[in-house]
Amino acid sequence: MAKVLVVTSGKGGVGKTTSTAALGAALAQNGANVVVVDFDVGLRNLDLVMGAERRVVYDLINVVQGDAKLAQALIRDKRIENLSLLPASQTRDKDALTNEGVARVIGELREKFDWVICDSPAGIEKGAMLAMYHADVAVVVTNPEVSSVRDSDRIIGMLDSKTARAEKGERVEKHLLLTRYDPGRAARGEMLNVDDVLEILSIPLLGIIPESQEVLQASNIGSPVTLANPNGVAARAYFEAARRLGGEKIEVVVPMERKGFISRLFGRRVA
Amino acid sequence: MALVLAPELPLPTWLAALDAQIARAPTFFDGRPVVTDLGALPAGTPDVAGFLKSLEERGIRIIGTEGAHPSWSGIEAWGRPFPATNKPGRPMTIPDEAPKNTPAPAPVAAEASSLVLDEPVRSGQSVVFERGDVTILGSVASGAEVMAGGSIHIYGALRGRAIAGLAGNSKARIFCRKMQAELLAIDGVYQTADDMPAALVGRAVQAWLEGEQMKMTALD
Repeated sequence: MAKVLVVTSGKGGVGKTTSTAALGAALAQNGANVVVVDFDVGLRNLDLVMGAERRVVYDLINVVQGDAKLAQALIRDKRIENLSLLPASQTRDKDALTNEGVARVIGELREKFDWVICDSPAGIEKGAMLAMYHADVAVVVTNPEVSSVRDSDRIIGMLDSKTARAEKGERVEKHLLLTRYDPGRAARGEMLNVDDVLEILSIPLLGIIPESQEVLQASNIGSPVTLANPNGVAARAYFEAARRLGGEKIEVVVPMERKGFISRLFGRRVA
Repeated sequence: MALVLAPELPLPTWLAALDAQIARAPTFFDGRPVVTDLGALPAGTPDVAGFLKSLEERGIRIIGTEGAHPSWSGIEAWGRPFPATNKPGRPMTIPDEAPKNTPAPAPVAAEASSLVLDEPVRSGQSVVFERGDVTILGSVASGAEVMAGGSIHIYGALRGRAIAGLAGNSKARIFCRKMQAELLAIDGVYQTADDMPAALVGRAVQAWLEGEQMKMTALD
């Protein structure tokens, strides 16, 4: 049965779009039929991270408003054929999304795919609300710092009250994805550690993605990190997270880059 | 629930006032059981039974009478007289406008005097319970608030705001298992995180009022 997953956070810049692309690609690489949907209308980014920005013809708004058919707007990934993208519009704003239109599009996507992954815009306004409304599963992306954690807490409250499942008295399955985690800085008390964040948010941990150059490089070349650098430490963390989404029980460990003795000695970069 | 009509002398004037009321709200007495409180009528009032009949002609359904004098005849026809008591029906305000044709409200379960939540209160959420105590099995996040007419019990960390004794209850208290509150208030007396004793932060704490001062102590 198809699952609708929303990647959300409240706060901007924590890694929602990167994580959407990486998790979507990882699930597709494991054989599932996946579509990633960009709900960030007006500030579209997912097409860039997926490397599909030059192939966008129609977008989510066109489909929601009935100007284009879903099949016309879907962009199939060139590297993995069971991964598709439904891009957002850059020229319109979020008011162009309607409840009925989004419900219809999500319904159609459910019939075609195993996973429908919605990349939520930041904030708690209409775009974010619509992105989460139809979700069965939510991945809450959080950085280990207090403002991100508090915003995530706010979003978790909304997942429990403002979604279709909540209105029916059911629950949205919620997972925490801790991104940009630097074990060294957490150990020195410069950022919150994993236990602090879990204690505050009290939802299960899906994975810990380390702060890593690989993620940035992958975004810049327009490729999900799980495709660009599948053996890297960040990609492996995303692969494990994707398997946990599929129901596998794998212990979460704090990912460490394999460093030589010298690089460990000089691991503390000068800011 | 029955309405109580308490006729007063002179009866014609009272009837005229009643007619005016019925003209304003024609459906007011529809389907409502009515008890007449005749305690204000002196023993010598003539033809009380006829007066009650004239009420019935106005569509008022009398289920009983109260305060009837034993010398009056024909009263039994209007329902067995209730014994005269010192406590007649409570006065009731009669609406000036015709009540809307709303279905009778469903019987309400006895109102609970405490609220128990099994889940954490998330940032941005607000729990308001004016009738009594609030118990939370979980944490109250930074940016969340809990307000209660009575006391507040939090079996988790309190990182947001707790406001007890909303309706002027200075006996209300706040209990939490881990105190990291942004603000505590009891009956309008409040304290922000800055004013709280640093030694209590992170511990199980209770807060209460002594006069106009908030007191706090560790529970463990």
